[in-house]
Amino acid sequence: MNNADVVLRAEHFSYACGGKTILRDVSFSIGRGQYVAIVGPNGAGKTTLLKCFDRLLDGGAGTLEIDGRPRQSYRQKDLAKRLAYVPQADSRQIPFTVEQFLLMCRYPYLSAFAAVRKTDREAVRQAMASTGTLEFAERILSTLSGGERQKVYIAAALAQDAAIWLLDEPTTFLDYRRQQEILALLAQAKREFRATIVAVTHDLNHAVLEADRVLALKDGSVVFNGPPAEMMIPEVLQRIYGTELLLVQHPQAGMPMIVPRKNNA
Amino acid sequence: MKKSWIVFGCALFALAVLAAAPFIGMERIPLSALWGGTENDARVGILWKLRIPRVLMAFLAGTALSAGGTSFQALFRNPLATPFTLGVASGASLGATVCFFLGGDFAWWGVPGVTIGALLGALLTVLLVALFAARAPAGATTATMLLAGVALSFFFSSLILFLQYLSDPTQTFRILRWTMGGMANVVGLDEVLLVLPFVVTGCLLVAYLIHELNLLLMGEDFAVSRGVALRGVKRTLYFAVSLMVGAVVAFCGPIGFVGLIVPHVCRLLVGPDHRALLPAALLTGGAFLVVCDTVGRTVLFFTTTAPAEIPVGVITALLGGPFFLWILLGRRSGPGEF
Repeated sequence: MNNADVVLRAEHFSYACGGKTILRDVSFSIGRGQYVAIVGPNGAGKTTLLKCFDRLLDGGAGTLEIDGRPRQSYRQKDLAKRLAYVPQADSRQIPFTVEQFLLMCRYPYLSAFAAVRKTDREAVRQAMASTGTLEFAERILSTLSGGERQKVYIAAALAQDAAIWLLDEPTTFLDYRRQQEILALLAQAKREFRATIVAVTHDLNHAVLEADRVLALKDGSVVFNGPPAEMMIPEVLQRIYGTELLLVQHPQAGMPMIVPRKNNA
Repeated sequence: MKKSWIVFGCALFALAVLAAAPFIGMERIPLSALWGGTENDARVGILWKLRIPRVLMAFLAGTALSAGGTSFQALFRNPLATPFTLGVASGASLGATVCFFLGGDFAWWGVPGVTIGALLGALLTVLLVALFAARAPAGATTATMLLAGVALSFFFSSLILFLQYLSDPTQTFRILRWTMGGMANVVGLDEVLLVLPFVVTGCLLVAYLIHELNLLLMGEDFAVSRGVALRGVKRTLYFAVSLMVGAVVAFCGPIGFVGLIVPHVCRLLVGPDHRALLPAALLTGGAFLVVCDTVGRTVLFFTTTAPAEIPVGVITALLGGPFFLWILLGRRSGPGEF
């Protein structure tokens, strides 16, 4: 990978909180336009890693670089122009309409006492059109379903005009159709906007089908970093998850997929 | 569009209250007193030296308390947050109590010692909370700040009770009377002019952070990821609110309830977007406190012959409490939702 194409880089990065080491000596780099899935057991430090990049968590030893500059060198507003964190579609109360909400997400481009400009409105329209959220532009965000909400959060990343998206379990809690819709949106963003997508997920099957590369964390350390096909080997999976997983062939893609094991079989 | 009309309506209401309040009271004052009348006319003195300063002070206090409540409710994402949440009011009360206890009948540049004591108490509390925040572990959330403020309030309240216990009845009465809050001590424009810069600075700082307040409502992770420099914004808000509320409490005592209910009522009127909510709350809060103070200084006039008044802190809760409960019954969403 050419150095100029590296948009995210971690170098010997460690992070501890309350005396507990959450990330230890993590090093990797992610190139522009890549789709990287971050997997690993619960408590491996996946979400913490995302939050450290976006400076939701400060501190830690070693360096994290965004577009070739250490994260501390950015003003938070300038960081937001490059990086967007897309949280889980949780039950947080947001009392604004989708359109108001997305306009507020234009924050890095707004100034304190100025009115909303035409460019802001257009960016928001565009983001809603690309994500299929125009139809609920006037709905209050808190009244949307999980799938609709996740789409709006993705629209927020678009409206924010950030080229790097950090997603925290974007398909968790969604039904099969919404999962497909969200994954299609991410694939579209990667294709059309050359967005770099870093998604924390527990769904290895999706990771294998969608991602260019998989990064696996265990107890805060990187235990696998490579193409998805190389991860779908029983021994590798055993090393990551500490349990034996059952694999079958995907009927279309031909890749190994994980299926649940039947108890007492 | 509709919202800006409601804000405009709030402005008209505030103007009407400001214009009418100085002419309401025990002494009937003709409109002509405004442009002089005769020099020796006592009514001109009452209007310019007592009524107008008092109305202005009440308006400033209401504005500051509402601005504080609005921004703290967004910052803490807690509908029960008030401008006194971080302990500013109890700190000021402790300062005032110490002055009463020491028999502080002194004045400094025309400012009574009790006011100075209260201001010092408020500032000291702000410092304490800031120190606490700086030393707290990195993961300390706003909830920790909230709890620290509450703990500090209880601690100060106990100290006040302890000092009251040691005081003689006269002192105890004066302390109790001060903690009810009121405008009775406002004579002339000097005090208004002293409070004005605090309130204007505080309100301007809060207004400058209007987009940040909206984003904070969505959660801190969301706000930071949209580019809000959280530490600086939080610090500025704590500082701005503490400064103006501290100044108001020092001169008027801890006036409760305004900072809690005015933001909620305005949220029902114009919605949660601070670009409409903040101006509405500033105007309505000021007007509401002027109305309460006017009621407080006139209502006893109709029942007794002696000139007497009820402290405004008593009126705010007496008028506001039932009204607020009535509003809560009528709204559709739960109280936890903004």
